Amino acid sequence: MSPADSRGARGQGAAAVLDPESAEWVQMLTGTGSRREVALVRLHEMLVRIALGEVRRRGPQLRIAGPELDDLAYQAAGDALIAITGKIGQFRGESLFTTWAYKFVILNVSAKIGRHFWRNPTVPLAAEEWDRLPDRFGFDPAREAEWRDLLAALQRVVNEQLTPRQRRVFVAIVLNDVPLDTLVIELASNRNAIYKTLFDARRKLRAALVTNGYLPDELSRR
Amino acid sequence: MDGWSELDNLLRTDPRDVGCAEALEMLHVYAELSAAGGPVEQRYPGIAAHLRACGPCGQDFEGLLAAVRRGSK
Repeated sequence: MSPADSRGARGQGAAAVLDPESAEWVQMLTGTGSRREVALVRLHEMLVRIALGEVRRRGPQLRIAGPELDDLAYQAAGDALIAITGKIGQFRGESLFTTWAYKFVILNVSAKIGRHFWRNPTVPLAAEEWDRLPDRFGFDPAREAEWRDLLAALQRVVNEQLTPRQRRVFVAIVLNDVPLDTLVIELASNRNAIYKTLFDARRKLRAALVTNGYLPDELSRR
Repeated sequence: MDGWSELDNLLRTDPRDVGCAEALEMLHVYAELSAAGGPVEQRYPGIAAHLRACGPCGQDFEGLLAAVRRGSK
């Protein structure tokens, strides 16, 4: 993977001059007394509203609903409030303060959903559901002999060329449909590390399947 | 799209992909510029490549974008 793209839309990497609304948020939240208390209540209300909107947006894809989903949103908003007040010194004004704050609550909702699936797995995390792949990829039953050959080759490469870690991550996410954020908790890792492991596994698998003529090379796709 | 293309898309990687940590670090900037109709893909090609490939970060981006749009109304 490559290094980061160039920085900020507003700040260009250095601390930017804050817009008036963001400056007011920072001033109130880093202050003391009743003004800070008022700002904390207002910020919490805003975070709860964003969290509820986010869990409802994701709701149809989740097996969580009703009070449990609302509870998850309130927890995410509470955790986000703590994180925001603790990291407010890192706000550089590259976006509006509210956009920066929204990010915390959205990421907290993701983490809470990942934790929910870790506590309530629908498939054993260590299972290997190779039989799911034909449906997942939408292979045509009329060409079963061809895709069975392809999937046998894929399974062979997974078993013979991936490292144990790559194999575990690939099997969990691709075969068993375990959410990446759930695997992060299961393996006591972080999203970036799991994604990088999966990225390397994908690249290795594709290269092997191209070499053996199962998938087209880069040039033939253009 | 047939099964071969689906599998190919899953396995295909983009060398510009910056990974989750870098994409999330800049997600608020990317989402705000995107909500304003700015040229995010040109300005941040590595983040755009990542958000296309990473389901969880793509979800977070969609959620943040929706929040920014709701907040601006």
